[in-house]
Amino acid sequence: MTFEQFIFYVLAAMAVVSGFMVITVRNPVKAALWLVLAFISTAGVWIMAQAEFLGLVLILVYVGAVMVLFLFVVMMLDINLAKLKEGFTRYLSLGAIAAIATFGMMYMVLGPAHFGLEVTGAPVVHGPDYSNTAAIAVPLYTTHAYAFVLAAVLLLVGIVAAIALTIRRRAPKEVLYQNIDKQVKTQASDRLRMVKMEAVVEKDLPEKEEESK
Amino acid sequence: MNFVIPAFAPAIPEMVLLAMASFILVADTIWSKRYQFATYYATQISLLVAGYFIMTSFATTQVITFDGSFVRDSFADILKLFIILVSLGIFLFSKEYLLQQKFFSGEYFVLGLFGVLGMFVMVSAHNFITLYLGLEIMSLSMYAMIALRRDSGAAVEAAMKYFVLGALATGILLYGFSMIYGATGSITLPEIAKIIDSGKADTVVLSFGVVFIVIGLAFKLGAVPFHMWMPDVYHGAPTAVTLYLGTAPKIAGFAILYRLLAEGMPGLVSDWQTLIIILSVLSMIVSAFVAIVQENLKRMLAYSGIGHVGFLLLGVLAANPDGYASAMFYSIVYAITGVAGFGMIIALSRTGNEFDKIADFKGLNARNPWLAFMMLIVMFSMAGIPPFIGFFAKVIVIEEVVKAGFIWIAVIAVITAVISAFYYLRVVKAIYFDKVEDETPLTPVSSELNWAVSLVSIALLVLGLMPSSLIELSYQSIGVQ
Repeated sequence: MTFEQFIFYVLAAMAVVSGFMVITVRNPVKAALWLVLAFISTAGVWIMAQAEFLGLVLILVYVGAVMVLFLFVVMMLDINLAKLKEGFTRYLSLGAIAAIATFGMMYMVLGPAHFGLEVTGAPVVHGPDYSNTAAIAVPLYTTHAYAFVLAAVLLLVGIVAAIALTIRRRAPKEVLYQNIDKQVKTQASDRLRMVKMEAVVEKDLPEKEEESK
Repeated sequence: MNFVIPAFAPAIPEMVLLAMASFILVADTIWSKRYQFATYYATQISLLVAGYFIMTSFATTQVITFDGSFVRDSFADILKLFIILVSLGIFLFSKEYLLQQKFFSGEYFVLGLFGVLGMFVMVSAHNFITLYLGLEIMSLSMYAMIALRRDSGAAVEAAMKYFVLGALATGILLYGFSMIYGATGSITLPEIAKIIDSGKADTVVLSFGVVFIVIGLAFKLGAVPFHMWMPDVYHGAPTAVTLYLGTAPKIAGFAILYRLLAEGMPGLVSDWQTLIIILSVLSMIVSAFVAIVQENLKRMLAYSGIGHVGFLLLGVLAANPDGYASAMFYSIVYAITGVAGFGMIIALSRTGNEFDKIADFKGLNARNPWLAFMMLIVMFSMAGIPPFIGFFAKVIVIEEVVKAGFIWIAVIAVITAVISAFYYLRVVKAIYFDKVEDETPLTPVSSELNWAVSLVSIALLVLGLMPSSLIELSYQSIGVQ
């Protein structure tokens, strides 16, 4: 076993173990942290395969941004776990059988017989001046430009959907909104009104009021 | 690297839709307060403009652009025109329904328009990536549209179920794509077909991938045994959204089925044909029996939709151009009939009464004889009774199956069609023969709805009297390629 293979197996084992821990640990915060480890080890595998740009993006985007956000959500929501885990053991045996059967069949297809080194050949080893970033970027903005724009549309739809589903339009009485157009356009004459008033002349109080009562 | 700027002209309808949808999205925040219906009219106009551009540049030959990721042919153009036609009807019915149910909002129309864009992308997809992106744009819009009515628990539950199962189906579909890519090394559909035909690809991996792709598509189309979401989602969603879900996306769903199986993997026909046969036969049988016991009309129409998917797959399993053409015809007819069926529910619903139970239709003949007759046409067309268009749709798919040599499937199809006629006729019986105490006349809330629902229903009759032009259109568009 070469040193590269050794590293690969360590990273792969870490990915599998942490993936397993994600779905078995009770505490959701710990599960999220295990998921972070799974991402990091997968990023390591990618870097081993000379896809260093993808590996770094995985760490930056998923570990750095998505998972941190996810952790915040998990901590803020404080989900009741006992309730979520109900029925876990009830379906465990059936689920396990299905999972093992699926795994067995997938192994037959995805195993060394069809994806082994003899079938696919050894991966190409690139020289030091090979840029993984350019290899991804050039097709992304040229041959796959149409798909790239569509992916942007998909994100836009996601934003519209998320906002449409969460925005709360509260009654104007409840919240005071600023009307910036109105504020900017305001002139002194709108706010200040000069009123011409008659001079007030004090009248004498009726003197005999008390007596009349 | 040499890069030639691709031709943009074939994609003008998509670009118009995207530009208009983005414009309306922003404009809605400004004009919606002053002009309530501005967004609605802008949406309808965008659809008409997109339709106009398709008509003026109607493709008679296959045009491929964007480095093989986009295809424009008469198959795509005809399906897009029908998607536009159906969507015009959907938004027409939706407007009044949203007003009545008090959740009229610009987002509904914007998301609907984005959904139509997604369908266009699906219909014109020429590689795995665009096909997947189109499917996701459409699905994401639909998930959000179902949940737009946040005060309704049933709608939110339906959206959640659809979202989770839809995401699962997408995962399965993508897994299948990755297998095919792994075996062939290509994502462009005709190239995949070529590599499969040359026999260089690993057949085990290919058939493994095909299984996942067919299952993913079956989920999206709602074929048995992947239909569990359909009744709950159709029932829980607001009727206007059910109208959207149950009509135009089925045309797009058929399109990607055709693109993937017939254009991408004709060499694997022995693998996917068996799967389609199982899905088709099970869908027809399950829908025929389960729909009988439904009390809610939307639920019943969901099961009837499952049955229609079964019939549509009959044309696909014939695995020849004539079979695909018959399935294409079926998908168009099914979408138009769906607009009429759900449109009728919307036309009769009003604030506080969804009018979606079969019991609501009791004695409709005494309350509004004209709409009762229209409903009779819709139900007869769905059941496949001549001279309505639904009859011809069923006849030609069964004919193609017989021609392809699957007599036993044709026999099952005819038997299930007869059984399913029972539940359609049950609605007709409720309308004409059941007595109801409340005999006050019932008219749609606006005359617009009355006209719309009458127009669509009469179209079913008129198309049924002269179906040949529509059938020819389908056969020609597939034959051209």
